Amino acid sequence: MMDNLGSWPILSNSIHPPVHGLKKMQQTFGDFIDALPQSPEYLMLGFSPSSIPLQQRWRNNGLSADFLADYFTTFFPIDDENPHSWTQQAEIKSAVSYVANELLENAMKFNDPSYDYPISIALYFSTDQLIFSLTNSVVAEQVETFQRYLQDLIQSDPQEMLLLQLEKNALEETSTSRLGYLTMMNDYGAKLGWKFDTLVDQNAPITTVTTMVQLAL
Amino acid sequence: MDITTETYQVTYDDTTQTIIFHGSLRLSGMEEYTPIIDLLHQIADQRPTSMSLDLRNLQFLNSSGINVLSKFVIRVRQYKNIALFIIGSKDIPWQGKSLKNLQRLMPQLQLEWE
Repeated sequence: MMDNLGSWPILSNSIHPPVHGLKKMQQTFGDFIDALPQSPEYLMLGFSPSSIPLQQRWRNNGLSADFLADYFTTFFPIDDENPHSWTQQAEIKSAVSYVANELLENAMKFNDPSYDYPISIALYFSTDQLIFSLTNSVVAEQVETFQRYLQDLIQSDPQEMLLLQLEKNALEETSTSRLGYLTMMNDYGAKLGWKFDTLVDQNAPITTVTTMVQLAL
Repeated sequence: MDITTETYQVTYDDTTQTIIFHGSLRLSGMEEYTPIIDLLHQIADQRPTSMSLDLRNLQFLNSSGINVLSKFVIRVRQYKNIALFIIGSKDIPWQGKSLKNLQRLMPQLQLEWE
């Protein structure tokens, strides 16, 4: 199990200087824990987004999300003498499955197909919270719009913004519902954060985003 | 009118004007939800005095699916004269967390738990 999470550095809305020896720029939004301590209890899954068509890959999101959810119920066993433990296990399983599925769906939809940058999802846990960390590439032209959206999101009242978004979606046909993060925040009480990394080598820069979701247990 | 696939089923019981959902809905975007949206609209557009969505066996719904249900509730709200019932299960945690948002969109909506 991990130590007290309270001591972890939480970065918010800060821009870091380039890392020594590598042209790398970082920018974080929301509640992002920059350095997760080494933990014996974590699970990580990785995908190569272009290896099979998105349509076929889509089914894998649900399978992976359910696998993560099932796997972690091992650590929250049902105690026959405590009826609350059954509810707790079902709640955790459902929350992990929902959050992991939304994160993977987002990553599959928004990763930059011109690079075969892997999508990875990791789930860490301690006695009092679960932390999801998902990394994918982002299309360079979409970074600014995405960051503007995140600024609005982290400054919002999630319930108010969720209802506004639902009303807005009812008025227009959009390909994306923009409900994933909002439902995690409002319905599941999750804390969200993002870190953008831009890596510049001799070729074109690649921007990746790591989305972190903290769920209290 | 019914939709049956490997992972989910949506059926309509015309005696009770109830649309019954089974399984897990994790479809990709609004396009893939079109058959379900069409079925919902087909029933609502007949302007019944009441209709129900039975979600007691809907184990999972992704955010695109939440969008489908929300848009439908807003459509029924605009019709003004349809009494809408949503039946959820206390044993399926996502429903307790997310269905109350539908009632915020349409306060007259009757949310029933079994």
